[in-house]
Amino acid sequence: MLEFPRWKVWIVTLVVLLGVLFSIPSLLAGTPYAKQWPGWLPQYKINLGLDLAGGSHLLLEADARDAQKQRIQGMEDSIATELRRDPRIDIGDISTADGRLSFLVRDPTKVDAAVERLRTLTQPLGLTGNRDWDVQVMDSTRIVLIPTASGSTRAMKDAMSVARDVVRRRIDPGGTKEITVLTEGGNRILVEVPGVEDPEALKRLIGQTARLEFKLVDVDANLADVQQGRAPPGSEVLDYPDAVPGLPNVAPAAAAGQTPKIAVKRRVMVSGDQIIRASQGFDQQTNAPIVQITFDTAGARRFGRVTQENVNKPFAIILDNRVISAPNINEPILGGQAQITGNFTVQTANDLAVSLASGKLPVKLVPIEERTVSAELGKDSIHKGVIASVLGTLGVILFMLVTYGRFGVYATVALVVNAFLILAVMAMFNATLTLPGIAGFILTIGAAVDANVLINERIREEIRRGRRLLDAVETGYREAFRAIFDANVTHVISAAIMAIFGSGPVRGFAVVLLIGVVTSVFTAVYFTRMLVALWLRRSRPRELHL
Amino acid sequence: MKLLKLVPDHTNIDFMRWRNLAVILSTFLTVASLAYTAYRGLNLGIDFVGGQVVRVEFTQPVHIEDLRTRVDQLGVGEAGITTLGNERTYQVRLPKPQGSDAASNQVVSKLRTELPKAFPGARVDAGESVSGKVSEELAADGLKAILFAMIGIAIYIWIRFEWQFGVGALLTLAHDVSMTLGFFAFTQLPVDLNVVAALLTIVGYSLNDTVVIYDRIRENLRKYRKMPILELLNVSLNETLARTVVTSLTVLIALGVLMAIGPEVVFGLAIAIFLGVLIGTYSSIYISAPVLVWLKVTGDSFIPADEKAPAGANPA
Repeated sequence: MLEFPRWKVWIVTLVVLLGVLFSIPSLLAGTPYAKQWPGWLPQYKINLGLDLAGGSHLLLEADARDAQKQRIQGMEDSIATELRRDPRIDIGDISTADGRLSFLVRDPTKVDAAVERLRTLTQPLGLTGNRDWDVQVMDSTRIVLIPTASGSTRAMKDAMSVARDVVRRRIDPGGTKEITVLTEGGNRILVEVPGVEDPEALKRLIGQTARLEFKLVDVDANLADVQQGRAPPGSEVLDYPDAVPGLPNVAPAAAAGQTPKIAVKRRVMVSGDQIIRASQGFDQQTNAPIVQITFDTAGARRFGRVTQENVNKPFAIILDNRVISAPNINEPILGGQAQITGNFTVQTANDLAVSLASGKLPVKLVPIEERTVSAELGKDSIHKGVIASVLGTLGVILFMLVTYGRFGVYATVALVVNAFLILAVMAMFNATLTLPGIAGFILTIGAAVDANVLINERIREEIRRGRRLLDAVETGYREAFRAIFDANVTHVISAAIMAIFGSGPVRGFAVVLLIGVVTSVFTAVYFTRMLVALWLRRSRPRELHL
Repeated sequence: MKLLKLVPDHTNIDFMRWRNLAVILSTFLTVASLAYTAYRGLNLGIDFVGGQVVRVEFTQPVHIEDLRTRVDQLGVGEAGITTLGNERTYQVRLPKPQGSDAASNQVVSKLRTELPKAFPGARVDAGESVSGKVSEELAADGLKAILFAMIGIAIYIWIRFEWQFGVGALLTLAHDVSMTLGFFAFTQLPVDLNVVAALLTIVGYSLNDTVVIYDRIRENLRKYRKMPILELLNVSLNETLARTVVTSLTVLIALGVLMAIGPEVVFGLAIAIFLGVLIGTYSSIYISAPVLVWLKVTGDSFIPADEKAPAGANPA
C-alpha cells in the first residue's frame, strides 16, 4: 500500500492539474472574468445545448414520394436529351405512372440501340453489378425504367447531403453562425440554431423550396381542356395564380376558389440549379421589385439557344410548380443574365433571390419535430442547475465527512477533482451540456462516492476482523475494486444504450454519465489511493480512526 | 470526533427469514403496478403521443380560468393548461398538429403573438411541437432502449458471475422498472423523454447494490463452502449493509436537492431516479438474493473446473 511510486504520483497530479486547467474556460464562460483568461492556455469550452442556451431545434424529413417523383422526372429529362442527339431516336407516349418511367420507341428496329444508349445514363452501384435503374423492354417496342431499391437509397442519400448544404446556406448565407445542420437516419435533417426563438422564421427560410424552372408555354393547347386540367401530350397544366384576366394562353379560373391555369411544355428549358447568382432589384420601367439572375456557362448557352429558337413565343417562369409569370421572348437572351418579374414585394423578391442563390432543394422537406426555448428560460435553468449542483455536492461532502472523517476528506477532495475532470473531458470533446446533463452531473456526484464508500466500509470490516492497519487498507482497496468495476460496467451499459437511442437532451444526460463513470473510477480509486498512501507513508499511524 | 455509523458494526439481521413474505409482497406490487399502468395509463407527454406545448410566463399572477378562456378564444383546439408551480407560469398543451407526419408550429406561433396582447408582459418561453410519426418513434426507441439495457446488463452479470445471478439481476430490474412505472401511473406525473432517461438510469444504478451484494455472495461462497445458502446470504447481506445504506443515502441526498430546488424540467427525471434507487436498495436484498436460493446456487458454481475434477472427493 505504501508503494506508490513517484512517477505515478506525478502522473496523477498532472491529470488532476490538466483537469482543472481545461475546465476553467467553461466555468468562466459568460462571466466578466472570461476575458482575463490568458490566450496561451487551453480554450476548450463546453457547448450549451439549446435547452440551456435558448434557440430552435427543427427536425425535417424528406418527402420520399416527392424525391421519387423528382428522380423520375430527372431521368425523363436526361432520356429526352440523350435520344434527341444524333442519331435521333423518336419516342412517345411517355408515362411516369406507378413509380416507373416508360415510353414507346417509334421505330421498333431502334429499340436495342435506345436501350444501349439508356444504359449509359444509369449508374453502377458499387461492385454488386446492380445499377440504379433497371432497364427492360416490354412488348418489343416499349422501354421501361424501374428505379431499383438500392438506387433509390443512394439517390436519397445524395439528395440529403445536397439538401443539408442547401439548408445550411439558406439559414446562414454568410457561414458565420454557430448552427448545427446534420443528416440523420438517411432521410432526415436536424437543424439547431441558437438564439432563434421562433422556428416559423426558420421554416420560412428553409421551406422556400424555390424550384425555379423555365418552360415554354404550349400555345396550341385547348383552353377549355386546360381549364379542366387536361394537357396535350408532352405538356402539363400548371396553376398561374397571379394571372391578369384576359392574358392569352391562360385559362381563367373554372370556379371561385380555383386559380387560372396555363399549359406548358414538359421539357425544362433551364432550371434554377444553373443559376450562379441571384439578387433583388427593381424593374427600370415600372420600378416593381424583380429578381435578377445570372446563369452558369452551360445554363447561359442553353437559355440563349432556346430563346433564339423561340423568339416571339411566351415562356413560363415556374417556381415550385406554380407559374409566376409568362412573358414573351422579345429577343434572344444571350448574355446569361435575366430578370424575373412577377407579383413580388421587395421582401418576397429578396427571399426568392436568397433561395435561388443557395441552390435548389433536391427534395421536399417536411418539419416533423420542433422545439424552442427562450434564452431567459435557458439562463434560469442554468442558474437553478448550478445552485442544485453546488448544494447537492455540499450535502454529499458533509455526509462523507461525518461518516468517514479523514477518509471522508479524501473522498471529498476526490469528488471535487472529479467535478473538474468531468467538465474538462466534456470541454475537450466539445460535448454538449443539456439540462438533463446537469441532472446527470448531480447524479454522478452522488454516485461517485459509492466507490469510496465501498472501499472505506471494506477497510472498516477488515480492521474489525483484526487485520493490521496497512493490511486492512490494502485489502480494502483490492477487494472493493471488483465490485466497483462490475457496478460501473452496468452504468456504462445503460448510459451507452441511452446515448445510442436517446435524442438531443437525453443524449446529453448519457454523455455526462459516461464521462462521470470513467472519471469517478479514476478519482475515487486511484486518486484517493494515492492520498491515502502518501498519508500513511508520512505519518505512519498506529491505528485508523475510521 | 466521533464518526457517524448509521449501521452498527456487527449486525446480524435475519433478512432471509422474511424472504417469502417479501417476495409475495413484491410480486403483488409488481403485478399491481403493471396492471394499474395498463388500466389507468401513463400521462404521456407530447414526446410520445405528439402534440404541442408552450410554456408561458406572465409578469402578473393570472388566474387559470382567464388563461383558459383566452386560449379557447384563439380556436387552436382543446387546450390542457397546467400551472408550473405558481400563478405566473403555465404550460399550455394542445393536440397533435394536423396531418399525420407534419409538425406545425403555427399554433405555437399564434400563442406567441396573441398571448402578450391579452396579457401585457406575457412571454412564451418554450414551444414544442412533435408530430405523430416522431412521437411513435421516440416511444418505440425508449422501450427498445430499456429492454436492451436490461438484457445487456443481465448478460454481463451472467458472464461475470453465473447464470443464476443473471436471472436474479433481470428479475430485480423488471421489478424496479415496473414499480417506477406504477408510481408514474398512480401519480399521473407527466412522462417525457427525461423519464425514459431516468428509467434507463435506474436500470444502471438500481443494480449498483445488487452487484455489490452479489460480489460479496460470490466471495463468501468460495470462502465458506459448507455454509447453508440461507445463512450465507444473511452473512453477505449483513456485511454489505452499511455500504448499501450509505451509498443509497449519498445518491438520495444529491437527487433530493435536485428535486427540491433544481429546474422543474428535470423534476420527473429526479423523482424517478430517486424512487428507483430506493426501490433498488430494497430489491437488492429481497429480490436479487432470494432468487439465488430458488435457482440453487451453491459454492460449487465458483470452483474452478480443475479443482472440481475429483468428483468423488467432494460430496456436494
